[in-house]
Amino acid sequence: MLHLALFLIFGAVCVAGAVNLLAQRHPINSALSLVVVMGSLAGEYLLLGAEFVAAVQVIVYAGAIMVLFVFVIMLLNAGEEERTRGSRIAVLFGIPGLLVGSVLIAWVLIAHSGTQPVPLGALPGPPREIAMLLFHDFLLPFEVTSVLVLIAIMGAVVLAARPEAVEHTKKEG
Amino acid sequence: MLSIETFIIVSVIKTVIAIFVLLTAVAYSVWLERKVIGHIQNRWGPTRVGPFGLLQPLADGIKFLFKEDLTPPHVYKPLYIAAPMLAVALALTSIAVIPIGNSITIGGIQTPLQITDVNIGLLIILGVTSLGVYGVALAGWSSNSKYSLLGSLRASAQMVSYEVSLGLSLIGVLIMSGTLSLRGIVDAQGGTFLGFIPRWNIFQGQIVAFFIYLMSAYAETNRVPFDLPEAETELVAGYHTEYSAMKFAMFFMAEYVNMITVACLATLLFLGGWHGPIFGPSVLQAILPVFWFVLKVFVFLFIYIWVRGTLPRFRYDQLMAFGWKFLLPLAIANLVITALIVALKS
Repeated sequence: MLHLALFLIFGAVCVAGAVNLLAQRHPINSALSLVVVMGSLAGEYLLLGAEFVAAVQVIVYAGAIMVLFVFVIMLLNAGEEERTRGSRIAVLFGIPGLLVGSVLIAWVLIAHSGTQPVPLGALPGPPREIAMLLFHDFLLPFEVTSVLVLIAIMGAVVLAARPEAVEHTKKEG
Repeated sequence: MLSIETFIIVSVIKTVIAIFVLLTAVAYSVWLERKVIGHIQNRWGPTRVGPFGLLQPLADGIKFLFKEDLTPPHVYKPLYIAAPMLAVALALTSIAVIPIGNSITIGGIQTPLQITDVNIGLLIILGVTSLGVYGVALAGWSSNSKYSLLGSLRASAQMVSYEVSLGLSLIGVLIMSGTLSLRGIVDAQGGTFLGFIPRWNIFQGQIVAFFIYLMSAYAETNRVPFDLPEAETELVAGYHTEYSAMKFAMFFMAEYVNMITVACLATLLFLGGWHGPIFGPSVLQAILPVFWFVLKVFVFLFIYIWVRGTLPRFRYDQLMAFGWKFLLPLAIANLVITALIVALKS
């Protein structure tokens, strides 16, 4: 009972954050709503018993990736969205249509998926087991992913290098 | 096991006591800093308000309450008001997983001296530290002024850079203790070598990690020698330029609470937590672990203040180069060597 209530609360916060992300006019408010979504997802992971994944979700997603988003919005000084003349028909038919469509799709998927609701803490993931999986069974994908991230970093450095700085280091030998 | 109502009541009482003690500790660490830096600089520090200036924090609190709370017209109001609240709330959250002693039994109810013992206590503190960047970044940006924006960007970039070496320096301790729970890490440091050298992690080879942690912590909490984002001669006051009265006091409190949290974490991970000589009657035996813990935290805070009174500050590019080009490779080397030694021993 408490499990269902907590799940619904975190789910509602998540959906509210996501809807707010779309509805806000200033991008910084949207970014902060996305942080709320990440936090509530971490809460859902905790309800499943995956405490390590929840903590890492907060540290990596909400604490590093979203900080990067917020930095970019701050540095680019992105202003508020401008509102163009909306179409009333689109709002009148679009939003209810979207809601009905998504409810139908969700209902069909859940009815035919064959999965059951799980009790509280049903999928534990202690750090020890995750480490065994990551560094033993899935070692090659792990290493390949880190090479991928390294390539992305090098690409960013090359793209962001100022031409006169590159000339300066070339002249210095 | 306690029933659920008892557990909730006990937890609420522990939370209230912890927050009260923490806020008083913050007020008196400000007093301690002013006195110690005063003496380092060959002057007295606060002496007029109460004996030895001990009521100075009270006077400061009253001043902050009565000061005019100005909201400049050009700020982005929602975030301007929310940023200091966010900073203080996140800073106070870390106290929830910090244990200060063994279990105590009061009136038949046995409870550990910790608000909650989570299996991943250390990760929660790291997570809260990562989220702390938001308070700083949003404060500077919402203030809509050059100095604030520059100060907050510098401060956030510094905090994000030094978080990496902070986390890496702690992994050596994790490898040796084998658990992420803070109580488990302290329990692994009990006992002594040769009868008198305590089995603290700092003596078990993590001394390099201790110094990396120390330096990363100074950078994380924006303290000298890494306090360029707050330096008056550089940026007026950095990200809290446009804040006055209570909101400024909240940033101030958040900084000192972060200092205390970092000191508690260093005590738990490197200095053996509440382990120390236990003697005397049973009442004394219950209180002594807490006393040793508080003493070690106090020593760490004193070192913090001592460094502030002694060192000049780093220039920003020196600061970033130090974090990325020196501390990070050193932390990785420490991790690799610790892992090798632990793997070879077992």
